[in-house]
Amino acid sequence: MTGKAYQYIKARDAVMRGIFLFCAAFSILALSCICVFLFANGLPFIAKTGISNFFGRKWHLSSGAYGILSMIAASFYVTALSTAIGVVIGLLTAISLYKFCPQKAVGPIRQMINLLAGIPSVIYGLFGLIVIVPYLRDHVSPNGIGYGILSASLVLAVMVLPTIVSVSLDSLNAVPGSYYEGALALGATKEQSVFKVMLPAAKSGVLAAVVLSIGRALGETMAVIMVIGGSPVMPKSLFQSVRTLTANIAMGATELSGDAATALVATGVVLFFFTMLLNISFSLLKGEANGER
Amino acid sequence: MGKDNAHKREILIYAACKFASLAALFICIIALVAVIAFVAIRGLPYISMQLIFGDYGKYPSIKPALLGTLYLIAISVSIAAPIGIGSAIFLTEYTKSNSRLVKSIRIAVETLAGIPSIVYGIFGYLVFVVALKYRYSLIGGGITLSIMILPVIVRSTEESLLSVPRSLREGSFALGSSMVRTIFSVVLPCAASGIVTSLILAIGRVMSESAVLILTIGMVVNKVPKGFSSPGTSLALDVYYFGSHGYPNEAAATGVVLLVLVVTINIIATVLGKKYGKGDLANE
Repeated sequence: MTGKAYQYIKARDAVMRGIFLFCAAFSILALSCICVFLFANGLPFIAKTGISNFFGRKWHLSSGAYGILSMIAASFYVTALSTAIGVVIGLLTAISLYKFCPQKAVGPIRQMINLLAGIPSVIYGLFGLIVIVPYLRDHVSPNGIGYGILSASLVLAVMVLPTIVSVSLDSLNAVPGSYYEGALALGATKEQSVFKVMLPAAKSGVLAAVVLSIGRALGETMAVIMVIGGSPVMPKSLFQSVRTLTANIAMGATELSGDAATALVATGVVLFFFTMLLNISFSLLKGEANGER
Repeated sequence: MGKDNAHKREILIYAACKFASLAALFICIIALVAVIAFVAIRGLPYISMQLIFGDYGKYPSIKPALLGTLYLIAISVSIAAPIGIGSAIFLTEYTKSNSRLVKSIRIAVETLAGIPSIVYGIFGYLVFVVALKYRYSLIGGGITLSIMILPVIVRSTEESLLSVPRSLREGSFALGSSMVRTIFSVVLPCAASGIVTSLILAIGRVMSESAVLILTIGMVVNKVPKGFSSPGTSLALDVYYFGSHGYPNEAAATGVVLLVLVVTINIIATVLGKKYGKGDLANE
């Protein structure tokens, strides 16, 4: 009788272990499915169109020109500009939260920033649409166009701020306090210790924040398509309707079919490839940041 | 004397850096507050019963979007929660060393977390619309979203499982409990609030998401969804639709509704996480 009960429990344990294992392996399964579906649909299309056509300058569907170079360029500019703005402001914010602002205020400010990290990206896009685009159009733009790379970069810079601030603040906080005290003891001012000792010591964490925000800016769709304009042309100015990789996919998706739809999938493959590169460099950086301490 | 001047200049430069950083803090706070403030100011006057509960006719309404969002939450969380919790249990309870399997599972979860949502959208489109020929549907969008929120659930559930003290498990084993019994009667109840927090965060993620849905659920803004298999829309998608189709005021009003919901959910998650955080558990 006890033998039977024991065997039942043992069998139940084995079954549940199998179920949990399946759940855990599901992630691998899902990831493989995503890769297979993307590549199986996208790569043949790239091969069929030809590398030079697909990475060419011209996107003109009715004449069979599927060049996405202009979108790669637009994505590159938007990502670079938004990350540059976001990192400068975000990192400085993290530094001031770390040592320079009243310590009582740090808790509430951090909570607010965490809360803002959860705001839907489409809200940032809407903010861009009703505030930034009209402002740039009326007051800044030389040609009367508000849409374009500058609007998208500003919107994205605000959007990635919470990420940059909290990741770099965490990595600053992880630097041993004795570094700071040591620098002070050697006669450095408070500011010198922070900028010359603590910041370099938190370098890899800050770099991880940068890579993370590059990934978000590159992969963001909704906030961008509301302010970018959407013309598939080579970006020549900050104030000009252009189209990023993500915008290309989202804008075409609901209307296209056949070859044109597959072209969007192929665009997705390119985007996927870029994000994977970023992910790999992020995990390498994170490994380095953890290894240091 | 020259050295003294250089020294003074350096101190001044770094003091300037300090002021730059305080200025950045100011800009950062202003920018983030501005996002909410401008959307709220623009949208609040346009919130009306017609907008929220009315039928979509002459005037736009977000009733279809509210229902669609509920459907999406129900579908995606009911799929992702069991799988995510099960997978976190496997990773924390059943594996000791960094075996190859565990490593590859972790890499897969991290990678899933890093994929842009529009790529998930393409995947959902290829699977449900192209391969299964099922056209645009809430169920397709929900299933795609469930894969997307899986990493959120796995990671935070794992964290709360890890915060359950080892001694509780050992005590349970010492009393003769099996592994399954220990998990279900000791570990999971202790980690329950953390797991609930992770599910709430996942719901917030589903509500915020729109790029996946634009490719999978069809953005039908004017019809109330009839069931899981009908096409539909969501609140976030409505914000985009109104915004890009010449209704910025309605977009802002919908944005306010979405903001209120998302912020409430995040606050609930934060409060829960704090109330039953790691500290309390260790004291028990």
